[in-house]
Amino acid sequence: METLNFLATGFSVALAPLNLMLVLVGCFVGTLIGSLPGIGPINGVAILLPLAYAMGFPPESALILLAGVYYGAEYGGRISSILLNVPGDAGAIMTTLDGYPMSKRGEGGRALALSAVSSFAGSMGALLMMVVSAPLLSQFAIQFGPTEYVWLMVFAFTCLATMVGSRPVKTMVGVMIGLLLATVGVDSGTGVLRFTLGIPNFFDGVDFLVVVIGLFAISEVLALLEQWARNDFVITPVGKSFVSVADLLAVKWVVLRSTVIGFLIGVLPGTGASIASAVAYGTEKRIAEGDDEQFGKGDIRGLAAPEAANNASAAGSMVPMLTLGIPGSGTTAILLGALMMFNITPGPLLFEQQPEIAWGLIASMFIGNIALLVMNLPMIGLFVRLLSIRQAYLVPVIVMLTFVGIYSIHGDSFDLFFMVVLGVFGFLLRKLHFSLAPVILGLVLGEVLEENLRRALSISGGDWGILFNGPMAYTLAGATAAALLVPSLWRWYKKSGPRTVVTGAPLAEDD
Amino acid sequence: MKLNIAALMLTGGLTLAMNAMAFEPSKPECIAPAKPGGGFDLTCRIVSNGFAEAGLLKTPMAVTFMPGGVGAVAYNHINGVRPDDGNALVAFSSGSLLNLAQGKFGKDLDESNARWVGAAGVDYGAIMVKADAPWNTLAELVADIKKDPTKFVVGAGGGVGSQDWMKAAILMKSSAVDPKSMRYVAYEGGGEALAALMGGHIQVYPGDAGEMQGQLEAGKVRVLAVMSPERLEGEFANIPTALEQGIDAQWTILRGFYLGPKVSDEAYQYWADQFSKAYESEAFMATVADKGLMPFKMQGAELDSYVRERVGYMRNLAREAGLIQ
Repeated sequence: METLNFLATGFSVALAPLNLMLVLVGCFVGTLIGSLPGIGPINGVAILLPLAYAMGFPPESALILLAGVYYGAEYGGRISSILLNVPGDAGAIMTTLDGYPMSKRGEGGRALALSAVSSFAGSMGALLMMVVSAPLLSQFAIQFGPTEYVWLMVFAFTCLATMVGSRPVKTMVGVMIGLLLATVGVDSGTGVLRFTLGIPNFFDGVDFLVVVIGLFAISEVLALLEQWARNDFVITPVGKSFVSVADLLAVKWVVLRSTVIGFLIGVLPGTGASIASAVAYGTEKRIAEGDDEQFGKGDIRGLAAPEAANNASAAGSMVPMLTLGIPGSGTTAILLGALMMFNITPGPLLFEQQPEIAWGLIASMFIGNIALLVMNLPMIGLFVRLLSIRQAYLVPVIVMLTFVGIYSIHGDSFDLFFMVVLGVFGFLLRKLHFSLAPVILGLVLGEVLEENLRRALSISGGDWGILFNGPMAYTLAGATAAALLVPSLWRWYKKSGPRTVVTGAPLAEDD
Repeated sequence: MKLNIAALMLTGGLTLAMNAMAFEPSKPECIAPAKPGGGFDLTCRIVSNGFAEAGLLKTPMAVTFMPGGVGAVAYNHINGVRPDDGNALVAFSSGSLLNLAQGKFGKDLDESNARWVGAAGVDYGAIMVKADAPWNTLAELVADIKKDPTKFVVGAGGGVGSQDWMKAAILMKSSAVDPKSMRYVAYEGGGEALAALMGGHIQVYPGDAGEMQGQLEAGKVRVLAVMSPERLEGEFANIPTALEQGIDAQWTILRGFYLGPKVSDEAYQYWADQFSKAYESEAFMATVADKGLMPFKMQGAELDSYVRERVGYMRNLAREAGLIQ
């Protein structure tokens, strides 16, 4: 009841004309920013923050605007993933796996609509969970220690193993490359510089966005150029497909599960949309075991899961920011900085002392999400027509956007060169039939895994026993074991049982 | 003849005026060597807003971002590309100086590769424990640590060799405990470390007093001591210094600005003068307080020699701790 009162206060703030306008502007700009390759929510918020500050908005309005950009970008990230195979931001990497094949089949409209609805459901579900249980969740977030993070990452890696597909060795090599990249930078345990080649730009490690954009966008552009040189462009059919009720019913449990997964991972400090979407995707693929041949070739479940999860994680990462003053993701770290710039200290007392800010933000997120869905569905036809743009125009535009996006992170041309090098490397990997997503996931997961394993071991003084301690660790370890064993057992069961189901349809080469 | 004299006087007057105004930044800029919203961003806002409010800027000052290596990227940029650009102030903190002292800004760069021009303000280290921890004073904590240094886990927002680690190491050293025997856990930033403290994963967090604004009242953590020479003001007035409790552990977090190494003396003097004017302005000092810093008024040559002396001190600390040879 009390919560409802607060929420009502929140809506009265969010529905004030200025704030209403800002949430719409924020969502719109966010969608645009998210859909541009290279410019993700972090850059979006970072670019608009100085502007919001200069415009002299009151703090709650500025926060509403910036948060709108944040979840708007999670929404928009899917567009270029699906249509161009270039993730618009880091959370949309998994979306390329099934979204792009769908669009190649001429189902771009269906993919965009389905992902819009999944994103919407993910956000709304996460918001409801946030309203109901924010204080409880903040407790969960701080109880989650290094040990638990280690297991969560091990679990995520196990889920990744489902992506192995028909080329297990190449997937493993891809993950290894990612892990190697994750070791670059100052080693926090000893303060020693590792593999930085004496270049100061590497002291903080390899920038994740540069890798994503280099590997995906630049290599995609190179692939397009190659097609052009060989004169064998595949014209993508622009179908007028749209999502059907049957599609939605087919993914309802997928979306629900992914929303919960995405939200919980979002709540944890240090893990964001990319990890959330990877875990959701892997989990769904595991659950679909036996019926998962289409994953990676345009399965609607493989599209709905990461989209629901990355949007849910954006809402989730607001929980520790608002309740504890601790950022749940890179983007919320910037939002937190923004609040402090307005002389507001987010923290345990924010909800009590400045309810208009916390609840105004939450209410504005409800409004923003509805606006995003309303804005996005009619625009799908427009987006799909992107595909009919001649490559001669599209390619330079993609290149330009990626360069601008990457330059805007650090304002240093070093990143541009590094991105191009990575792009060429990514192109070579593609020619050798490597999948690029495992590289990225190796990089993200590897960093979190290494940091937390070392934290756990410094806490215990080198005793590995710390990893087997506490109910949460056991639960996650159990889930890992299940993810490893259940599929083999299932296969064994089906082999020994009556052969009612035909398994192992010959795997098509998926070039 | 009369006219000539008048003309002469006029030109003379003009020359004088021109000498007084020899340098005027055409496009004043503050480079924050971090992402927007980070600590360096706040430092830059102190000059960009504070100078504007104190009426010290003719042209608005832009804040640009150049994150990387606690300022390493910006330091290299300034030295390599704009060593003589009198328009660009670059924010630094004690964290940058500590890395500079350890040679982490590049092999050939040290504190002589910049002209340290003005301070924004200071913050101080603070030793924190969870609200329900068994220690009420720093002395009690230190006594327990002395018994068995490996029993307690110290965690903070930076790796070994960072400013946060240094605070912990200084606390250990001044308690006659070998810093190498402490269990130290590195987190990504103070926020994560604070969460780990609240969650009971670490027992001691050497953070900053400034970041505790707003958290003190919530009562989830307890500040055992501030690492300042004297007691702080405001909501920290009740917290004793480490020194008061018999432990000589001090750590001052200085935030300020430097100019490129080849910036002209005129430009350097211009900015130093602007800082001394700003320190006299109430509006500027209010901006400093708003951004969570305490006053520290030092500019020009005095600051330059102070920074060099600090870096030397830090180099010794790092050497003692075995971080550098």
